[in-house]
Formats: sequence, C-alpha cells, structure tokens
Amino acid sequence: MIFPFEIPLLLLLLVTAAGAILVKDLMSAVLLLGTYSFFLSLVWGWFGAVDVAFVEAVVGAGLGTVLFLLTLFGTAPKDTRLHRPPPSLLTLIVFPLLGFLLLYAASDLPEFRDPSSPASVHISPTYLEQSYQDTHTPNVVTAVLMDYRSLDTMVETVVIFAAGIACILLLRRQVK
Amino acid sequence: MTTFFFYVMVLLAILIGAYLYRVLQGPTIFDRVLGLNGISTKAIILFIVIGTYSERVNMFIDISTGYALINLVGALAVAKYLEQKGLP
Repeated sequence: MIFPFEIPLLLLLLVTAAGAILVKDLMSAVLLLGTYSFFLSLVWGWFGAVDVAFVEAVVGAGLGTVLFLLTLFGTAPKDTRLHRPPPSLLTLIVFPLLGFLLLYAASDLPEFRDPSSPASVHISPTYLEQSYQDTHTPNVVTAVLMDYRSLDTMVETVVIFAAGIACILLLRRQVK
Repeated sequence: MTTFFFYVMVLLAILIGAYLYRVLQGPTIFDRVLGLNGISTKAIILFIVIGTYSERVNMFIDISTGYALINLVGALAVAKYLEQKGLP
C-alpha cells in the first residue's frame, strides 16, 4: 500500500455529497445520491465490511433511487426546481464547529484493525470461540444476529415491516 | 502483484472522477444518467479489484453481481420516469 486508498474514495464521496446539495433540480440530486451510495459501498468494501457494502449497494443505490423516483412521480414540475436561500450566518458558524468537534472526538477512537481495541477484546472472542458449540451455525455473524440477538433482530424486522407498509400507503397510485 | 492491483485501483478511481465530472456538470439529464451508468460499471470492476487485492475475491463477486442487477433496476426506473413525466 503506497498511500491509504480510502482518501480518493472519501474525496469522491465529499464531491458527490456537495454536488447533491448544490445541484439545481431534484432529479439530478436523486441521481447524485445514487452515486453517493455507490461510493459509500466501495468504502465499506475497502474496509472489509462486505455485508454492509452489499446492503448499501442494494438499499442505498438501488431501492433508495427507485423510492425517490416514485416520490418524484407525485410532484409537479415546479416542485422539482429548487430555489435555495443562501445559508444563514449561524449555519456557517455552527456546522464547521460541529464538524471540528466530531473530528476532534474521532482522534480519540482506537486505531483501525487494532487487536487490543475495546470492540475486539470485550465480547468478540467469546462469540468466535463459543458460537459454534452454542448455536451449531458455521457463520458467526448469522449466529450473533439470529441467536444471541434474536429478540433485537425480531423487533428490527417489525420496524422495517412498518416502514414498508408506510411506504406502500404513501406511494400507491390513487385508483378512482 | 499487490502493487499492480493498487495502481489499477487508483487508475479506476481517477476514471470514476472523470465520469463524476459529467454527472455533476452534465447539462441534460441524459448526461447524468449515462455518467451514473459509467460510474456503476467502473465501481463493479473496482469492487472485484479490491477483492483481489485483499485476497477474498469470492465474497466481492457476489456484491458486484448484485450491484450490476440493481443498477439495471435503477436505470429502468429513470427511463420510466422520463417516459411518463417528460424532460425536466
């Protein structure tokens, strides 16, 4: 590795996000958000979180774009042209301060791929050693999601189900 | 060999930057759609190269296949939108 490859990926992410904010009509903003999801998925893939990358590609780039477009079906042409007032002075002061605060806090996080970070020493070794005896599932991620945290996963499924029903109710065509 | 793959990744990122210019700048909506399609093809290849670089290519092939399928659905949705609503 000559230089960290996440830097060009994050640059592309920043450019896309700024473009999605600054572009003039909603259709282009939707397309730019799809591009943003592609880049975010590449970042997850580069960090080795393949499952998160898959979800980001499918939900963010695919389903998100389609849902936004379905929403745009219900708009008039005058709604999709954007007239943005220039940002207020308070916004220009508070948001850079917030970003600086987050970066300052992020410098305290443990190093990436650090084997002695709290996330790696607290409970992950227990899962890795005992999940097969406990659950007889060869995949550790599946064992954690579906067995150790099965109640959590069940309620998450309920939340996603409710969100899906709300999307269908909002986006269905009006039959007269 | 990893150095070679790293340079391939960097080149692909630069190519994506060229497409991104068209998506950001593109005067018509078709320029943006074509740029997005080009970005997604480059992203599929970049995914496979990342997988080869980190020597776990079998997992990354699944994602890139899903990427390609989903990209088709997105392009179809955009085409359907432009067909029904006309050009903005």
